[in-house]
Amino acid sequence: MPFKKTLPKTPLGFIAIILLGMYQVALAQPGQKPVYGDAIITGSIGDASNLIPMLSSDATSHEIAGLIYNGLVKYDKDLNLVGDLADSWTIENDGKTITFHLKHGVKWQDGQPFTSADVLFGYKTIIDPKTPTAYAGDFLEVEKAEAPDPYTFRVTYKEPFAPALSSWGDIVVLPRHLLQGKDITKSPLSRHPVGLGPYRLKLWKTQERIELVANNDYFDGRPYLNGYIMRIIPDPATMFMELKAGGLDWMSLSPIQYQRQTDTPFFKKNFKKYKYLSFSYTYLGYNLNHPFFKDKRVRQAISYAIDKEEIIRGVLLGLGVEATGPYKPDAWFYNPNVKRYPYDPRRAKKLLADSGWRDTDGDGILDKDGIPFSFTVLTNQGNPLRDKTAQIIQYRLGQIGIKMDIRQLEWTAFINDFIDKRRFEAVILGWTLGQDPDIYDIWHSSKTGPKQLNFIGYKNPEVDRLLVLGRRTFDREKRRQIYFKIQEILAEDQPYTFLYVPMALPIIHARFHGIKPAPAGISYNFIRWWVPKNEQKYMMP
Amino acid sequence: MDFLIWTTKRALALIPTFIGITLISFFVMHLAPGEPMSLQADFNPKMTPEMRQRLRAQYGLDKPIYVQYAKWFKGLMQLDLGRSFSPDRRKVWDKIKERLPVTILINVLSMALIIIVSIPLGVRAAVRQNSLFDQVTTVLVFVAYAAPAFWVALLLMLYFGIELNWLPVSGLHTLMGYEQMDTWHKVLDWGRHLVLPVFVSAIGGLAGFSRYTRSSMLEVLRQDFITTARAKGLPERTVIYRHALRNALLPLITILGLSIPGLIGGSVIFESIFAIPGVGQLMWSSVMARDYPVLMGNLVIVSVLTLLGNLLADLGYAVVDPRIRTGLREEE
Repeated sequence: MPFKKTLPKTPLGFIAIILLGMYQVALAQPGQKPVYGDAIITGSIGDASNLIPMLSSDATSHEIAGLIYNGLVKYDKDLNLVGDLADSWTIENDGKTITFHLKHGVKWQDGQPFTSADVLFGYKTIIDPKTPTAYAGDFLEVEKAEAPDPYTFRVTYKEPFAPALSSWGDIVVLPRHLLQGKDITKSPLSRHPVGLGPYRLKLWKTQERIELVANNDYFDGRPYLNGYIMRIIPDPATMFMELKAGGLDWMSLSPIQYQRQTDTPFFKKNFKKYKYLSFSYTYLGYNLNHPFFKDKRVRQAISYAIDKEEIIRGVLLGLGVEATGPYKPDAWFYNPNVKRYPYDPRRAKKLLADSGWRDTDGDGILDKDGIPFSFTVLTNQGNPLRDKTAQIIQYRLGQIGIKMDIRQLEWTAFINDFIDKRRFEAVILGWTLGQDPDIYDIWHSSKTGPKQLNFIGYKNPEVDRLLVLGRRTFDREKRRQIYFKIQEILAEDQPYTFLYVPMALPIIHARFHGIKPAPAGISYNFIRWWVPKNEQKYMMP
Repeated sequence: MDFLIWTTKRALALIPTFIGITLISFFVMHLAPGEPMSLQADFNPKMTPEMRQRLRAQYGLDKPIYVQYAKWFKGLMQLDLGRSFSPDRRKVWDKIKERLPVTILINVLSMALIIIVSIPLGVRAAVRQNSLFDQVTTVLVFVAYAAPAFWVALLLMLYFGIELNWLPVSGLHTLMGYEQMDTWHKVLDWGRHLVLPVFVSAIGGLAGFSRYTRSSMLEVLRQDFITTARAKGLPERTVIYRHALRNALLPLITILGLSIPGLIGGSVIFESIFAIPGVGQLMWSSVMARDYPVLMGNLVIVSVLTLLGNLLADLGYAVVDPRIRTGLREEE
């Protein structure tokens, strides 16, 4: 991998390298014009649950709903916020008031016009205590929402709230004419959605497949592909065989499938592989209230003792990059100049010795005041990547005299009995990243209560201050500086040892044109993918 | 008349058993760590504590567990299994109902396959006890029984689906163009898709059932009336299939009766591997999501069928075996 050792200094440079390093960048073929037709078949491990987006929290539901619904704003390929249903917006009143100017002539899939009343209705629904949604949080900051005319929507916040803008996505725009006065939990829309988006639901057979067809009246232009079919195939091995047998056009590969199993003439001829940094990172988190890990030097020592490149080579087969903080390296708010912890066992030992950990009884395990340095790391069952990561860490820590045991737990039991009750010493887990840099919920000291996400108990007044400031600042450059500083402090404190950012590894049939990987991934321009007439495989009206 | 009274008594005795089953399951289920909204709410930064409380209240989880049970039981009395706790909030019966046909179809087919193959197999093995045939089938059946189903399934898919390209890898019917097929082609299409799943789900049963047949057959063949039949000069075919087999099948009735609940049980493993939307997958995901109403709903169906299966097995005995019938009378 070209970007293993020489991480460029700026995020922009990094993006360029990723693009160059792509397995294949779809090139524009001269003389070929996109045509309509054909369908794409993709595979998913789990079924969707509810196609009213605010009521579901699983990835599949949101993937499907994302093609059926639209928001006021969306992220473009470089993760900039741009208008979707909103033509433009203005921010006034020191950032407290946002006024959206909506597109004219947009219609719901049943022919009814879309107006600001639909947005207002969506907002009222999401904050309604009777609505069982997991996404009300951002909207509770709103002081007042109003729809002065059919194409204007205005919200006023109690305080300036920078993540506010991005929250007006597809979750909160609902067809008022179909839902008003009805119990949303029993609405037929959860299985037969009516949206504004590029695709319409044609068929949903539970746990079997979901079929979408192109919406001819889509306001942003009809998508080229007539159909999108998602097959539910719970077993990854079966899914891979379906890909080989021609039953799937698009799936996500595991590192081993990417590097070894798809390296055959058959795959080279029929498929294209892509890779880009996924929106997630994996970390080793410490219980900061535990006597071992209270001392910053101990945490830094462990970070020095872990060879992250070795983990990326061994676990991800090179398909990932080192994490240095809570963001992925191609984000605009990623700070590449934070303190780093290259593999250095001597330095690790010295730091441990400085904090009083020495092997006084000669049993190979460090001890302090008669207590040996031995702890258990917890991770969730059924994630082989995390399991292997734990084993590599176990080996490296053993070399500097720390005994680490590994315990795997079923997810719900793990969260309820161990994380929530703070009965852990260290954990290996991952976070999915949003497109906004706000990480208040994970790092602010007010979020250490039960069921809250700062479960490691991290408390740093400076970080607290910056997190609040980051939420109140709209100016992108100023925000970047704030989050740069937060990353510097976290790198110094090492409340987690940030391990790696894995890559997303989609494989797509070679007949699809127009796929252009970017920091946002590949799906952002899905409606512009197309297949030349002579290569079209499926007839769909 | 006696028989009728006996049947009614047996049937009535099932009611307290059934209530006991639901009671114990309900309480044990709630002992598992986590709650139904765990999957939605845990580790979700947008989830507020108030929202969590509200969800608990909506699900009735804020009430003491005996109140929850009473409410559930009251629903059951009106044949209402409640609504799922998953985000779709669908009626439990709807969720189970839509998965029943395919599960039952596959299980019936595989049960039929098991009976058709394993009874002749068991009989032959018993008649020629310790012959080469007996030993070879014993080894083969046990190898098939010991091989993990998922592994066998994957090998078959690889060979028939990809190498030979004879059969589809997974799913229930062709994705594109299925609607345009005529009935005959539709049936054929289903058949092609069902070959592997039915075969894989039958493998495990083959071993057990053919062994039962063999040992039961051996026992019968040793008895005096077989010797008598042979002494009468009846052809060996008649001796074995008329006289011996009929008696040997008696214990198998029990096993068949006990297989009835299995017909809707489904199996997570082969359903997942073949991507079949059956009851097994629903149960498994409901366990993971702590979706109590769906779990209880399925449990009710399975336990009713188990109890009925037991009853039917007893009745079946009484019908086919006069000794049991007369024995009943003597008891009273």
